[in-house]
Amino acid sequence: MDWATAIYEDLDFSTVHAWLDEAPGRKAAAYLPVYAPREIIHACGMLPVGIHGTGGIEIIRGDAFYQSYICHLPRSVVELAQSGRLDMLSAVLFPSTCDVIRNLSGMWQVMYPDMYVRYLDLPQVADPKLGAEFWKRELNVVRRDLGEVSGIEATEDRLRASVALYNEVRSVIRELYTARRETPWRVPSEELYLLLRAGEVVAPEFFMEQARAYLGVIEQCDDRIKDRTRVLIAGAFCEQPPLGLIKTIERAGCYIVDDDFLAGNRFMIGDVPDAEDPAAAMAETFVTGAIKTSVLYEPDPAGKRNLMKTRAAAAGADGVIFAAPSFCDPALLDRPMLREGAEAAGIPCIAFKYAENSGQFQQFREQAGTFADSIKLWGDA
Amino acid sequence: MSDQNRAAQKDNSMVIQKEMIAAHYERLERAPETKEPVVYTFVPGNLTELIRSFGCLPVLPEINALQSGMRGKSRDYIAEAEKHGHSEDVCTYVKCDIGMVLAGNIGPTGTKLPKPDLLLLSYTGCYTFMKWFELLREQYDCPCVFLHVPYQGDGVIEPEHREYMIKQLRDEVIPALEKVSGRKYDEEALRERLQLSAEAEDDLVWVLQSAKNKPSPIDAYFGAVYYVGPIFSSFRGTEEGVAYYKALRREVQERLDAGLGPVAPGGPVTDEKYRLVVEGPPNWTHFREFWQMFADEGAVVVASTYSKVGGTYDFGFRHDPDDPLGTLGDYCGGCYTNINLPGRIDMLCNYLKEYEADGFLINSVKSCNSFSAGQLMILREVEKRTGLPGGFIESDLVDPRYFSAANIKNRLESYIQMVDARRQRGAVA
Repeated sequence: MDWATAIYEDLDFSTVHAWLDEAPGRKAAAYLPVYAPREIIHACGMLPVGIHGTGGIEIIRGDAFYQSYICHLPRSVVELAQSGRLDMLSAVLFPSTCDVIRNLSGMWQVMYPDMYVRYLDLPQVADPKLGAEFWKRELNVVRRDLGEVSGIEATEDRLRASVALYNEVRSVIRELYTARRETPWRVPSEELYLLLRAGEVVAPEFFMEQARAYLGVIEQCDDRIKDRTRVLIAGAFCEQPPLGLIKTIERAGCYIVDDDFLAGNRFMIGDVPDAEDPAAAMAETFVTGAIKTSVLYEPDPAGKRNLMKTRAAAAGADGVIFAAPSFCDPALLDRPMLREGAEAAGIPCIAFKYAENSGQFQQFREQAGTFADSIKLWGDA
Repeated sequence: MSDQNRAAQKDNSMVIQKEMIAAHYERLERAPETKEPVVYTFVPGNLTELIRSFGCLPVLPEINALQSGMRGKSRDYIAEAEKHGHSEDVCTYVKCDIGMVLAGNIGPTGTKLPKPDLLLLSYTGCYTFMKWFELLREQYDCPCVFLHVPYQGDGVIEPEHREYMIKQLRDEVIPALEKVSGRKYDEEALRERLQLSAEAEDDLVWVLQSAKNKPSPIDAYFGAVYYVGPIFSSFRGTEEGVAYYKALRREVQERLDAGLGPVAPGGPVTDEKYRLVVEGPPNWTHFREFWQMFADEGAVVVASTYSKVGGTYDFGFRHDPDDPLGTLGDYCGGCYTNINLPGRIDMLCNYLKEYEADGFLINSVKSCNSFSAGQLMILREVEKRTGLPGGFIESDLVDPRYFSAANIKNRLESYIQMVDARRQRGAVA
């Protein structure tokens, strides 16, 4: 996992530069959390680059753009940009995750007028036909525009090929999550996270090679199961937790068996079908087969209440840890509904907040450790 | 008598509006007996004409929250919501509203608020709206209909986005209103209401633009929150709304003819020393105190962005009876918080120029990321483009814990000194 750790710690996006340098005229397009259609970027011949902020950088310029009551992610993103570390990008997509990311799209338009910027308004309506029609049009606008930026038109054939490639990416990620769920002692969440985080900034073909190699390694792993509590981590889908927090939770006596980390790479539950009109297929898959998440409207009145019960059951989790970034509207506004539903179903829960640059983990260790112990001692597990 | 206890001076239009609001809340209280269906919705992107065309009564939770803030009730409501697991980090409008529901749903005027028959989630310019009604849906056993209003990410309402909104209105919103009201959609009734809206909007714009005069007869921020009240809430598309704006216009015309300034809580502003533009919502828990700080400095706000949160009429939009559903889409898409940051910057720069302002202030509220995220960049960009001084104040909407009078007064005074210094430099140059 050294290569993935190196990528995680590299604030200069060396892998992106290396990819760009491999052939003349190559371009990269970034996206912010949570979901962006990477297939479109790829079909335009560009490298999709996930910008997920970083806790590993001293914020100097970023704080000058944000008040104290706004989350940390945009500060580090602005810091990366203002320090020139994102100069290699030709485009940035800002999905409708929350108002902070939405407004960051406007800031980008003002600060970097030469860069292509698009706000991606994800479809929110309950009617799948209307939602798919809207989203297909949005996808085609991005497809046309990025094609102009890269000079490579995303033809139907190219887009179909990219869709097929990302179906494989999603498939291998599903395999990784299944492996961790079934044998969490073989798949430490720290490793899974590093692998997926690296996958956000390398070519998908390379990521799949590495992911398959990793799956091969864990099959051979003969580590033995430890007496730990299986937990689901909910709420960490946008600003990412520091790696130390993920490690701390598992070292405190938990196995993370499901999570929201980097949720964009699992946003569509199944494959996008191979179709004559690939943009239409992507749109239809999105509106009918996206995960349940705080960034999309929940049309089912019982949906929020049932979500943690369903997810915990699917993952075989004994408890839920609501870990949300400070000042994260989507996660924190959802939390009372999700928690009430979980507790009504008899699922033990705890909650805490973090920031991507949190550096002290003792309190998390104590909370997670106590939580794990209490489930072991008094729960049904 | 201390300043705080002294009764605030009020315009006649404020008295009229207070009576209108009280009557509306009383009508809402009677709704369970009168069987008038009740529709909860939001200020930006509200579809009042459509709601009323079905004989339904609108309830606007933001208005309840801000009224609770002004009447000193929000602190307890927020505490109640936080006790039930709502984070200290999130929007205090939401927590005030949830707290009010948990405490028995007694509205700000003391009357019982009816349960909604429908939650009309007009998703316009604010992510939190989505969560707010998901949360309210947990409290009430009633349907929720969603209207997705695409954001103006590229600074325009794209034709396909307009069509998307019209389809949602036709296929989702209208059938939901038909169901709760038991009435068929009556386009003629909607047209009549849209005509009334346009009449009131003409008068509102005249009032807001009267601030171009020197001295300005109005305060276009603190005063304007009263002026926009009826049109942003329950009275757009009503005869009462039209009558209110005619009365308001007469009142402002009289002040203009007499060369008078606005009436602040402590009395008329007789000496307009500074003309300011303000971005961001006001603080509601200390509203009068906040306003009086400006008035004490002789500072009059001549334009504000907050007064456009429920519609940007001063840029020409009017509800159009000839295109009933299209005009509702245009209205929703054009609300201030649905406009991207470059558009918001342009608007502020235009106001500073057109209203011949001395500078601008941003009141950044902790609760509202839709407004607040990016305001520090807006500050720098507007200063850069106009050369006029900008100031930055921080408070909150309805959480009194985040209003520090001494700190705000200090910042305002420092800002005024900065404006003076610029003036002196300008005079010397």
